[in-house]
Amino acid sequence: MKIATRKFSIILFGLSLLLKWKAIRHPVFRARLKERNFVAQILARDEEIGRWFAFRDGKLVTGVGYHANPDIKLLFKNAAIGAKLLTPPINWLNQINAQKDFTLGVDGPEDLTNWFAQTVMMAQTVGWKFGTKMPDGITRYCNMTNGGPVFIDVKDGKIVRMTPIEFDAKDPQPWTIKARGMSFTPPRKTTLAPHGQNAKSIIYSPDRLLHPMKRVDFDSNGDRNPQNRGKSGYVRISWDEALDLVADEIKRCKRDHGPGAIATSHGSHHTWGNIGYYLSALYRFANAIGMTRVHHNPDSWEGWYWGAVHHWGYTLRVGQSETYGTVEDCLQNCDMIVFWAADPESTSGSYGAQEGTVRRQWLKNPKLGIKVVHVDPYYNASAQFLPGKWFAPRPTTSVAMAMAIAYVWIKEGLYDKGYVAIHTVGFDTWKAYLLGDEDGIPKTPEWQEAETGVPAKDVRALAREWGKKRVYLAPGGWGNGHGGACRNQTGIQWARVMVCLASMQGLGKPGINLGHLQWGSPLDFNFYFPGYADGGMSGDLENTSMPVELYQRMPQLPTMNSSFQRIPRIWMPEAIADGKAEGWPWVGKSIEHQFAKFSYPAPGHSPVKMLYKYGGSMLSTMNNTNRHVRMYQSPNLEFVVNQSIWFEGEAKFADLILPACTNFERVDICEWAGLGGYGHHGQQQLNHRVIVFQAPAIAPLGESKSDYWIFNEICKRLGLANYFSEGVNEIDWVKRHFDASDLPQVISWKRFMKRGYYVVPAEKEHLRAPVSFRWFWENRKKDVPEAQPLPSDYHGEYLKGLQTQSGKLEFECNSLKRFKDPERPPIVKYEPSWEGPHSGALYRKYPLQLLTPHSKYSYHTQGDGKDSFLLNIEDHRVNVGGWYYLVLRLNEEDAKERGIRKHDLVKIYNDRGAVICAALPTQRLPRGVCHGYESSAIYDPMGEPGKSVDRGGCLNLLTPHRTQTRNTHSLAGSQALVQIEPWDGKTEHISEVFAETKLPSELRIGDVVPAQ
Amino acid sequence: MKKWNMIIDVAECTNCNLCTLAAMDEYVGNEFPGYAAPMPKHGHQWIKILQKERGQMPMIDIAYVPTMCNHCDDAPCIKAATNGAIVKRDDGIVLIDPVKARGQKQLVDACPYGHIWWNEELGVPQAWPFDAHLIDQGWDKTRGALSCPTGAMKTVKLDDDEMARLAREENLDVIKPEINARPRVYYKNLWRYTTCFLGGSLSVERGGIIDCVEGARVRLLKDGATVAEILSDNYGDFKFDKLEPGSGRYSIEISAAGRAPKTVAVDLHDSLNLGEIRL
Repeated sequence: MKIATRKFSIILFGLSLLLKWKAIRHPVFRARLKERNFVAQILARDEEIGRWFAFRDGKLVTGVGYHANPDIKLLFKNAAIGAKLLTPPINWLNQINAQKDFTLGVDGPEDLTNWFAQTVMMAQTVGWKFGTKMPDGITRYCNMTNGGPVFIDVKDGKIVRMTPIEFDAKDPQPWTIKARGMSFTPPRKTTLAPHGQNAKSIIYSPDRLLHPMKRVDFDSNGDRNPQNRGKSGYVRISWDEALDLVADEIKRCKRDHGPGAIATSHGSHHTWGNIGYYLSALYRFANAIGMTRVHHNPDSWEGWYWGAVHHWGYTLRVGQSETYGTVEDCLQNCDMIVFWAADPESTSGSYGAQEGTVRRQWLKNPKLGIKVVHVDPYYNASAQFLPGKWFAPRPTTSVAMAMAIAYVWIKEGLYDKGYVAIHTVGFDTWKAYLLGDEDGIPKTPEWQEAETGVPAKDVRALAREWGKKRVYLAPGGWGNGHGGACRNQTGIQWARVMVCLASMQGLGKPGINLGHLQWGSPLDFNFYFPGYADGGMSGDLENTSMPVELYQRMPQLPTMNSSFQRIPRIWMPEAIADGKAEGWPWVGKSIEHQFAKFSYPAPGHSPVKMLYKYGGSMLSTMNNTNRHVRMYQSPNLEFVVNQSIWFEGEAKFADLILPACTNFERVDICEWAGLGGYGHHGQQQLNHRVIVFQAPAIAPLGESKSDYWIFNEICKRLGLANYFSEGVNEIDWVKRHFDASDLPQVISWKRFMKRGYYVVPAEKEHLRAPVSFRWFWENRKKDVPEAQPLPSDYHGEYLKGLQTQSGKLEFECNSLKRFKDPERPPIVKYEPSWEGPHSGALYRKYPLQLLTPHSKYSYHTQGDGKDSFLLNIEDHRVNVGGWYYLVLRLNEEDAKERGIRKHDLVKIYNDRGAVICAALPTQRLPRGVCHGYESSAIYDPMGEPGKSVDRGGCLNLLTPHRTQTRNTHSLAGSQALVQIEPWDGKTEHISEVFAETKLPSELRIGDVVPAQ
Repeated sequence: MKKWNMIIDVAECTNCNLCTLAAMDEYVGNEFPGYAAPMPKHGHQWIKILQKERGQMPMIDIAYVPTMCNHCDDAPCIKAATNGAIVKRDDGIVLIDPVKARGQKQLVDACPYGHIWWNEELGVPQAWPFDAHLIDQGWDKTRGALSCPTGAMKTVKLDDDEMARLAREENLDVIKPEINARPRVYYKNLWRYTTCFLGGSLSVERGGIIDCVEGARVRLLKDGATVAEILSDNYGDFKFDKLEPGSGRYSIEISAAGRAPKTVAVDLHDSLNLGEIRL
């Protein structure tokens, strides 16, 4: 007998012993073996040797050779290959290659082959121990909320408490920044955002979906009653029935309608964890099925992607700039920070908990001498925390204020002329526009006052102070963009003018940069751990950043969507209900990708007939969302399945509901604020890099299941389970992810599972990442640790200059000279919002500007509703008569004029819809402006959806879905014209989406044709 | 003997409510026999944040004051309790025994701070127990202090003398000192909640252009005596703070180079932004 043959036989014998031994040792595994009765045959085709495994009622009998009648076969081309692939530790690259080379294969029913493969894998992991034993019978696990990492104390299968992580003696010491004779060091603990501390209440929410459910009047073999979506109730069904139905509908849609007939739609966020994330498991599933993608608009980046990129590039950061080293530079060298539409104390950056707050608190030390000013129509939480002059321009108008500042700088010589001459192009053209040479209107502080309502004298004083100081300009929630004013109708102009202001003052010089200490912490960015956008187990090399590094480090089967049909997300309701839509892509590879218009339906594709919806957020996160009600009730949608954790929002419009569990009930792995992709080095927001093993703290509630399990079960019915899962379990993917990172060099797997977290030591002071833009100012090669833009997008020597055609900051954008767009001229000009004070009759009808920023308390829909603890926070929701209404803030005078007092129920409305809220009169807003958090998790129409008021607080029913400009796919809906009045208790309100007669166009709100 | 105290800095509270949420996380759905019966999911705020918005836009500020059971050394609730239902522990913590206190609804009214909450379902009065069950397990801080991102909430264990000295040195206040309940919860910068300000913005017109006046001398007088004197900042703004609400008539004298002095009379009820004052 050859060595390979003998080895193969011994390994198979060993496997049989392993399976039996694990069944004796572990009740879970014993139970597993009872799940199937069948015979599996493992064999080497060349030598015709093997071993069979007969499973019957939990008993395993095995034998050498060929079984007479095996149900499934696991086939290796020869014994040598079999021995190599089965010898632990498993080499995943060899496994993948063997499948691609057809030297490893399976034969038999998918359910059995996949069960057998996963059982063999489980035999190796079943004894793994998670967590740390604590006094009082508690086991402590770790996990990650979207608002920071947590210790989870569990007793008797129940979560007792969730706390931030206090580091112990074994964890490394944090960094120290020395500035102006002082030292600044963050505390040795992690922080949480409110929605993070709230997590226990949403895990145990009464709104959890605990069983698969089917709409009562949906019959896949008879009447489907799409018109009743959102109205009818549900009946509980079994998992088998639910999974069969999904699989049958997938097959039917593909067979009856052709490619593209199934669409998948997910929110912009998910529960945390790199394997379970939507960019991971869902993408692998969707690619395996072949689905029409709902192509996202660049959510919180809007103005930066569609506007700022033309001035400075940074497309792989979606128009936002590099941020390295800025915390240290700011503390050492800056004199003043200008927060502009920036409220990091509310928005926590992205998943950044309150880490930035800890650093910004240092600004309150008078010895630092760093002043702050705030520009925001709302006296936001950051203005409250960090006292400074507050400028409150009317929403959408601060573009004019910025231009007036530039005007003063030009007139009074308060900008860096040398920098502008060397590092920028096109300044004279913009200067001519500001001075009025082009249109006869000098953009003076007085000119802006008419637009913004901010006194000219104050703007002049700000411009003078700014021009004489070293200033960090801090637009948006990240301080270099994101959220804020980039999401309203003039957001593109705003982001553009922000870059122009920074360019005039010497961006990159000591103390002159972008940021408000939210990004730019001096951490170790060389230690590799993938972010969620790196795609986890997706195998998706096109729609995640996997090809950059993770694909090489974590070999896996690539996945590819066979359909190229896309729906522009903003126009999803029109695409589905009316059958056509046009959009512009969000692709970060170059500046020019955004110019490539696409259409739905795609050539040769079927229109969408089935929707696989993941979660239920869009009714409250997209705009003018009564359109979505109409979409769901369209007969064009033959089948809607929603895979969701909670029964909320759109989940109530599905035909079939699949209950998913939270990340606290399944296994996963992740890093805090590890975004990857477009959020490269998102850990810069943190004071400590914390990587977490997400042990399942409790068993999934009810019959809820992990997304991975659900996808795999559907795949079993389509013969795709071994492709989807690669024959392994979730924990194996987690281990593969661990192995793909730098973690094995510093911590053992066993210890990581037990301890639950690893803190990456802070970078040594002399090895810290350089300050952003310093290289640019000093005319050196780019030296910050980001491999972007793409090498081909440099226009001179590699690493020298920016991504723009000139390689410089462009006041006059070459890309917008090449792509002619009347709404985006090469220089930024002020064009008032198409929904605002210049809207004439419409403004008289709806004289209040509604701001809908992200909540300080919930994370979009996460944490809100669901009977959570957050309902108790009076600045979030207020209990009036037994119902928790969303808080709506309005100016005290505006309230008085309407006879509205604190916590009165009011109706806020326009032609798009009406929402009932609890009023909060305040001085935090100028007259004519009101404010309520977007992304209510509750959508609760008090009558028929679309034809009645909503008491859930779903303010995005009222916001415009029209894109900022025609040639962009840019959300504009963070501001809307509305009226507010005391609620008279009436519940009817017909949305114009459902109106039988249309208003004349000058009175219509958001009137625009989606597709020409 | 070292005892537990809480020190809260009003200037550092951002109203994130993490302390409130941490208390809910700890007590909702959990029972700690001898310490606390479960807290109802809604209706109770064992840690409740008060707020005060001062002034008129654009010159405003907001103060947040987390409040809770004060663990008073001379606690009115202890006197009002029958059956020894409320005890003062040696470490300063006041505990309501969830069994002995059953049915004693009068305790809700006994607390001068409104921080005894009635649990309708269990028929028991409840208050925040200083996380005593955790303290007794060796925790060195409370849940709220652990979750507080800015350190605005701190638990300290000190001798009473040391605490008194700290309170003096750092100008710490307690709420309602006049009732002499001797709370163990101290506040820094409480004036941001209890006092008011008087402010305005100075401007001049030169050649049709209006500008802010920086460096103008602004004097606040009461009954002819100077209360404070400050210079306007580069936005022309001046702000006198820590004034007593309803403290009546003041006059403000403004003098700026090259301009005639100006006097403004004010009857102060609450924080007031006088707005633009043209010199």
